[in-house]
Amino acid sequence: MTELIKYTAAETASAIANGEVSAVEVAQAHLDRIDAVDKKVNAFLHVDTEGALAAARKVDDKRAKGERLSPLAGVPLALKDVFTTRGIPTTCGSKMLEGWIPPYDATLTRRLKDADVVILGKTNMDEFAMGSSTENSAYGPTGNPWDLTRIPGGSGGGSAAALAAFEAPLAIGTDTGGSIRQPGAVTGTVGVKPTYGAVSRYGLVAFSSSLDQGGPCARTVLDAALLHEAIAGHDPLDSTSIDAPVPAVVEAAKMRDIRGMRIGIVKEFAGEGYQAGVMQRFNETVELLRELGAEVVEVSCPSFTLALPAYYLIAPSECSSNLARFDAMRYGLRVGDDGTRSAEQVTALTREAGFGDEVKRRIILGTYALSSGYYDAYYGSAQKVRTLISRDFDAAFAGVDVLISPTTPTTAFPIGERADDPMAMYLADLCTIPSNLAGNAAMSLPCGLAPEDNLPVGLQIIAPAMADDRLYRVGGTVEAALNDKWGHTLLEEAPAL
Amino acid sequence: MSLVSYEEALASYDPVMGLEVHVELGTKTKMFCGCSTELGAEPNSQTCPTCLGLPGSLPVVNAVGVESAIRIGLALNCEIAEWCRFARKNYFYPDMPKNFQTSQYDEPIAFNGYLDVQLEDGEVFRVEIERAHMEEDTGKSTHVGGATGRIHGAEYSLLDYNRAGIPLIEIVTKPIEGAGHRAPEVAKAYVAELRELIKALGVSEARMDKGQMRCDVNLSLRPNGTSTFGTRSETKNVNSLRSVERAARFEIMRHATVLTDGGTIVQETRHFHEEDGSTTSGRIKDNAEDYRYFPEPDLVPVAPAREWVEELRAGLPEMPRVRRARLQAEWGLTDKDMQSVLNAGAVEPISDTIAAGAPADQARKWWMGELARRANETGTELSEQPITPAQVARVCALVAEGKLNDKLARQVIEGVLAGEGEPDQVVEKRGLAVVSDDSALGAAVDQAIADNPDVAAKIRDGKVQAVGALVGAVMKTTRGQADAARVKDLILEKLA
Repeated sequence: MTELIKYTAAETASAIANGEVSAVEVAQAHLDRIDAVDKKVNAFLHVDTEGALAAARKVDDKRAKGERLSPLAGVPLALKDVFTTRGIPTTCGSKMLEGWIPPYDATLTRRLKDADVVILGKTNMDEFAMGSSTENSAYGPTGNPWDLTRIPGGSGGGSAAALAAFEAPLAIGTDTGGSIRQPGAVTGTVGVKPTYGAVSRYGLVAFSSSLDQGGPCARTVLDAALLHEAIAGHDPLDSTSIDAPVPAVVEAAKMRDIRGMRIGIVKEFAGEGYQAGVMQRFNETVELLRELGAEVVEVSCPSFTLALPAYYLIAPSECSSNLARFDAMRYGLRVGDDGTRSAEQVTALTREAGFGDEVKRRIILGTYALSSGYYDAYYGSAQKVRTLISRDFDAAFAGVDVLISPTTPTTAFPIGERADDPMAMYLADLCTIPSNLAGNAAMSLPCGLAPEDNLPVGLQIIAPAMADDRLYRVGGTVEAALNDKWGHTLLEEAPAL
Repeated sequence: MSLVSYEEALASYDPVMGLEVHVELGTKTKMFCGCSTELGAEPNSQTCPTCLGLPGSLPVVNAVGVESAIRIGLALNCEIAEWCRFARKNYFYPDMPKNFQTSQYDEPIAFNGYLDVQLEDGEVFRVEIERAHMEEDTGKSTHVGGATGRIHGAEYSLLDYNRAGIPLIEIVTKPIEGAGHRAPEVAKAYVAELRELIKALGVSEARMDKGQMRCDVNLSLRPNGTSTFGTRSETKNVNSLRSVERAARFEIMRHATVLTDGGTIVQETRHFHEEDGSTTSGRIKDNAEDYRYFPEPDLVPVAPAREWVEELRAGLPEMPRVRRARLQAEWGLTDKDMQSVLNAGAVEPISDTIAAGAPADQARKWWMGELARRANETGTELSEQPITPAQVARVCALVAEGKLNDKLARQVIEGVLAGEGEPDQVVEKRGLAVVSDDSALGAAVDQAIADNPDVAAKIRDGKVQAVGALVGAVMKTTRGQADAARVKDLILEKLA
């Protein structure tokens, strides 16, 4: 039974479809695993035992009746607590939404349910997705299953840790500046930020609307592709959703052939601040890509050095407006409503008590950046940088099919190390932010352990908008070659919990 | 503080106005979600995650809202943007679910237009339009426990979000200069003309009493002969045509009083008071107020295709001014007569009465006579009289059929106004039908001839014009219910 939790999503789905195992058995095995290890990991904020088992029973009933099952029917999934779930708490890792039960499902939630995916529960995250370590959660940090004293990345640390701890074979994250890819990199899992607009944002509690993108997290590239296919596609409820067919990502994940592809190394993402072991594994992967028949060239994207400051103007600006709705009037936390205070005072007291420091820091930053007299210098300039970054990508993609870089400059750092140094924390997203600003697609997958600390290193692959399939083609090929080389998957080297 | 008189104010100062009118569109659903816009529903029954601003919800633009905005823009002779965006206007207020209003800022859908308005003496004044843009309405706060219904001093407030997200079009004029002493009249005429236009377009009922159309009057004074604008006040939510005129007039006198005393006008919003026509200070608008506008990232730009815009232009209805000119010609009225019809607010009632089958002169006679007098006496609008155009048309028909004469018709109208029912019911209940039955009239005619032998003799001698006196006598004895024409014939027959 313990082996069930080691299955990939594809294997799980096939075992259920073939009747080798019931969906209820699969769900129960994962619920038991959560019960056994999550006190240590703290990946979940809420476990929906009843709902998961009910969803699993539905799959077993369908199978018993001979109904056709969807490709992920019965596969358990851990959902980042930033997507609304009807009847199930949604906190976004914040005290502000403690106890809030949404009256509606996010489009992504609805699609998972329609695909008979079994939602185990909601995962921990940095408050309102602001952070790179999950330390900003109001409900305590999540531990990295490779070393519980280290961060699992963020903001989607709970989702990545749930995968690495074998609590779920699939998870959902959201990526505003790297919140899917960076946790994937530091936990030795796969994370994909689809093209902006590929996955509906309806029901994704907004941090930065023009950057937020939901996406799949998994332990293998093929699993990520299967999940990608289940959640992507046009949604009339999201005006920024792309009305075009989803690229053939599953097919691409199975190709295992990159001969003749042109791959560009982003020159700017190396040098000072990059851990030696990270660069070593990255450079080895570059060699592997060449051996696999790809042509690898160096590409310069000079504007990428401006990405981080531009991001820290745009994201806080949008968040200052998006988070204004938390005013204690209609839902969530309400502080100081003792009959003597005005609505304005109650709003102020509630926001003071309900938001954590990082959220307040960004609201203040964004409020300032949008103020009249500063708008052009800050928000306006940042939008121009965004255009420059898009042009750098366009120029690069004119010569190569995908770009690659390390996903993060370092491996997982110890919990607490950067907690009081926002600038050091922000650097964790240095390599991932440009894709959010340009709206294109990017993936992180494991490419080995850094020799100095034996912690996972992530390879980032970036593809043009709507060419998400290229990520899976390259990722699937590299993954297969690395597993062949190692003789096993990277996660098998993770210590037992 | 006693105010300087209006005449004194105008002797020294030149008013400049800016009018901002919000029109609630009559779309079936809200601007950014599928909730109903029906008025009068149970509070908070017409809401969804989007118009409640629940976490995670997103807006989707109502295509009919955009179409209505473009049609209003075209009717106001505006240019229509080839590409424009929504913007967030950020400020905290409990009736705003997201604490930002989705509006438009520096990229309005329509801009640079004008509206020609006709004043009471027939003069035409051109009001330049700065812009017309799309936005959403806020929810409605009801403050309970305070003396004035305002938030200050209230015990608690109730919030109804049924209105939140209802599409609004905000129409902003350029500074209206050169109206001089007629500024208040221009303001009223502009809002009236705009209301007619909106109604003609069918995009809203534009009922000011229901808040479907709301006007803010911005006003400043500058010394006569100067060109720099003075500091303005913004009188909010002036919600009837008469109030628009009164608010402008009051503000002219108030500004002049302050300026004459050597004081300075504070830039602020002001509340208008219906009871005495005054305004009082609302909120001081200093430079600290900053809405932190930025393009709405949850919506894609609106880029109306030129062919579509031209299609909408071609489909515009007859504009109110053009229609009025046509009606004037059809009804055969002089400029002066038409102006009286306009001033009395009688265009629609007359037009509707004609549509219900009455001849133009008859329809006009009743609405401009009996009914206008009554409206005037009771200080009400002509269109508010408790009689419908169809009822007036029925009275006209009864007259044409000879069943009523003029005097009886007036009594029927009175009966309808008094709530006695339809014209036919009033005729029956009051027994007002014209008597044309010869046997019933014969006795009265014989009596009249007997009572007036001199007159009868004259008629016998061929002085037929003397018959009027006998007809009058018969009408008197029949209390006006006799068919006068038949009476005349009967008398002449008998004396032939």
